[in-house]
Amino acid sequence: MRVRDLVTELGLEVIHEGDHMDDPVEGGYVGDLLSDVIASGRRNDVWLTIQSHENIIAVASLKDLAAIVLAKSTTPHDETILHAQREGVTLLRSNLTSYQLVARLAALGVSGDR
Amino acid sequence: MAASTHGPVLFRRSFKVVGSDFLNAGSVSKDIKKALKQLNVDAEVIWRALIVSYEAEMNAVLYAHECDITLEISHSGIHLVFDDRGPGIPDIALAMTEGFSTATREMRERGFGAGLGLPNIKKTSDSLEVTSTVGKGTRLDIHILFPQAQSKAA
Ligand SMILES: Nc1ncnc2c1ncn2[C@@H]1O[C@H](COP(=O)(O)OP(=O)(O)OP(=O)(O)O)[C@@H](O)[C@H]1O
Ligand SMILES: [Mg+2]
Repeated sequence: MRVRDLVTELGLEVIHEGDHMDDPVEGGYVGDLLSDVIASGRRNDVWLTIQSHENIIAVASLKDLAAIVLAKSTTPHDETILHAQREGVTLLRSNLTSYQLVARLAALGVSGDR
Repeated sequence: MAASTHGPVLFRRSFKVVGSDFLNAGSVSKDIKKALKQLNVDAEVIWRALIVSYEAEMNAVLYAHECDITLEISHSGIHLVFDDRGPGIPDIALAMTEGFSTATREMRERGFGAGLGLPNIKKTSDSLEVTSTVGKGTRLDIHILFPQAQSKAA
């Protein structure tokens, strides 16, 4: 499953396409604490968060995450979008909660198994 | 004695972080990632180095006025030093405790302040030495060994 397929399957809003729309989604992580995500996020994970500040972009970029999905209609700050553009990070959004998103991702075969 | 890198330095680079500069926060870690990738460093080692450098860089941004960073690579591993001018850490053992944080409300709103940064650095590196003088600054001296160097040391 590629990021672009996830967008279609889950009806995600594309805030910034970035460079990862054709990356394979290999897993996922949920978290709003940056120290937690920097330690436990893996390459090609989709990251579900309600954290809207620009610092999420550096984390996604450093960890080569497939995409950030802002859950619960979280509105990103202008700086966050600017950073996503600068770093080529794929920034998506959903009105579903992180829990609901996990349930749907699991149904699509995206597990958190490492 | 904690594990440390040794042998001639093959690569050295310096960086600077300015306190409270959230807009560029993470850029030093990004440069370190780029350098390690260009030098074909093992992916697992890069992964560890990035956790360490991100946490140390963000602490410098959050708590210090400015910070000098040096990255050195030898055959045995990576040596990172973060040397800042700032408030210092009054109780290092307490600061190293998971969950301890003096982060402000604004910092927490940004997703910082879990009190996991220093413990993550400790866990992810092969050695971490913290020295600090209150009112002057803090220095982190960190070694990450390459897998073959690690097995030799073991
Ligand atoms: N360079 C530094 N200068 C002064 N104080 C520091 C420095 N680094 C860490 N500290 C102190 O140590 C505490 C613990 O740091 P640590 O990185 O473990 O957690 P945190 O930064 O509070 O939260 P997190 O890293 O999870 O976002 C900080 O809250 C701060 O009080
Ligand atoms: Mg920290």
